[in-house]
Amino acid sequence: MKRSRTQLRRRSAYLYILPWLIGFAVFRLLPMLWSFVCGFTDMNLFRGVRQTGLMNYTEIFADSTVLRAVGRTMLFACVSVPLKLTAAMLAALLLARQMRGIRVFRTLYYLPSILGGSVAAAVLWKAMFRDQGMVNAILTALHLPAVSWLGEPHAAMWVLILLRVWEFGSPMLLFLAALRQIPQDLLDAADIDGAGAVRRFFRIKLPMISPVVFYNLMLSFCAALQEFSAPFVITDGGPRGATTLLSLLLYRSAFTANEMGYASALAWVLFLISAACSAAFLLLRKKLVYLPDEQDAGGAA
Amino acid sequence: MKHVKRAAWYLLLIAGAAVMVYPLLWLVGATFRTNAELFSSAGIFPLEPVTEGWRGAFAAYGGQIDLLRALLNTYQFVIPKVMLTLISVTLTAYGFSRFEFKGKRVLTAFLFATLFLPQTVLYVPQFVLFNRLGWVDSPQYLPLIVPAALAGDTVLVVMLMQFIRGIPKSYDEAAALDGCNSLQTLWYVLVPMLRPVLVSVGVLQLLWSVNDYMGPLLYVKTPPRYPVSVYVKLSMDADSGFAWNRVLAVCCIAMLPQIILYFAAQRFTTPEAGGLKE
Repeated sequence: MKRSRTQLRRRSAYLYILPWLIGFAVFRLLPMLWSFVCGFTDMNLFRGVRQTGLMNYTEIFADSTVLRAVGRTMLFACVSVPLKLTAAMLAALLLARQMRGIRVFRTLYYLPSILGGSVAAAVLWKAMFRDQGMVNAILTALHLPAVSWLGEPHAAMWVLILLRVWEFGSPMLLFLAALRQIPQDLLDAADIDGAGAVRRFFRIKLPMISPVVFYNLMLSFCAALQEFSAPFVITDGGPRGATTLLSLLLYRSAFTANEMGYASALAWVLFLISAACSAAFLLLRKKLVYLPDEQDAGGAA
Repeated sequence: MKHVKRAAWYLLLIAGAAVMVYPLLWLVGATFRTNAELFSSAGIFPLEPVTEGWRGAFAAYGGQIDLLRALLNTYQFVIPKVMLTLISVTLTAYGFSRFEFKGKRVLTAFLFATLFLPQTVLYVPQFVLFNRLGWVDSPQYLPLIVPAALAGDTVLVVMLMQFIRGIPKSYDEAAALDGCNSLQTLWYVLVPMLRPVLVSVGVLQLLWSVNDYMGPLLYVKTPPRYPVSVYVKLSMDADSGFAWNRVLAVCCIAMLPQIILYFAAQRFTTPEAGGLKE
């Protein structure tokens, strides 16, 4: 009797996860495997497959456009993610105090993040950073030289970075929740020992919330490597290819040129880059993250 | 001393908030400017307010698509998508966090792996798949709904699983003793307790889906069916040479529903649950 009951539970468990299982198999696993195979063909959406082999990959690694896009994508991710997380952390520290009206501030700081990857936010950014736009008007008012934001390769990259830094709300909320869970007696003890605010942050708060920091680092980095709508809408990859990120290149080869085989190979390159970054983060995490549960096992730094 | 410190803290908070909100305030102001006045000023308030931008925002493009139609199109697929997401995500999270079954370890590993699987890798093969199924440009927006209806947004599953784990299993056992089967336990015991998280899940999915651009760009090909994200890009491409106030008014209106919804949902959600994905 008991056994048939657990069997029944087991069977119903499969029923509960069935929708996900089907979705996973049909829309994730199969496409993933299919694209791996497709990367070794010259499949075109209209012409079909004519040739198979390694040619896509040899072409990718010989193509300076692709290599440049890899570099620009890494640059975008390596600059925007730390800035974004720093902004999120500063905001979270500001908001962690219990004060009157703090909820209003939290909402205001989160407001830009509601817009996320939306086209509307990107269009707003494009208007703000035009040559006669609002940003240059502010610079002029401060007696600073105006910048041709969308015309200079370096400046254009900064426009995209600033847009994503502005939307730091998601990591901010997670940092805030983590900061609230730090035991008060730890902070009080540091206070009694005469530790200043900076010392308390680096010696207690940051180590205590380091798992959340790493989680955000990985997630934000993965998202940054895939950035598409900002360069597509604001700069269209320009000027002179400076903001042609990998996903933009991938979009063009797949959906403008219809070269599905080449685009699949490109997608796998992007996938391997992001998997390598994730692996690096996980290794780093073992070294740097403070995990109280693993202290006895020697896992804490 | 304490008062000084508090005042300084508020000053910092206000300075930060000003930087965050200024672009949005400028946007609202800019929609009421004339195109001649629009650029070259960093202020918020227009010198001579006009409604030309707002009136222009609602005009149609060649009689095929206009802003209201685009907004309706968006919500036509976003609302079923959110409903189906809520159902499938709840069932999946329940299955993973409350049951033991063969292969659970492997499947859980897959579940977490998809969290970090770049969606970009899937665009090409999914497009080929949907193309073969004849779903590209489907009037029901099938490619945008179906994957999400099958709990495709794994982040939401993981988020819900964390909250279900926080509910003691004794609740389930008590319900089972009272004769509830597992589905009834879910519906009558867990779902009421998960309500704030479920609101967060729904709001997040709604915001992501409304903001999503790549999906509609690939799968919606007929102008009368364009959702608002595609429409905003279209109006920018068509007008940015001369009618920026119109373009910005379109942006402003496109942002408004999400912002209103966010404020409305604040009362029902746990604030900490809001930050799980980019």
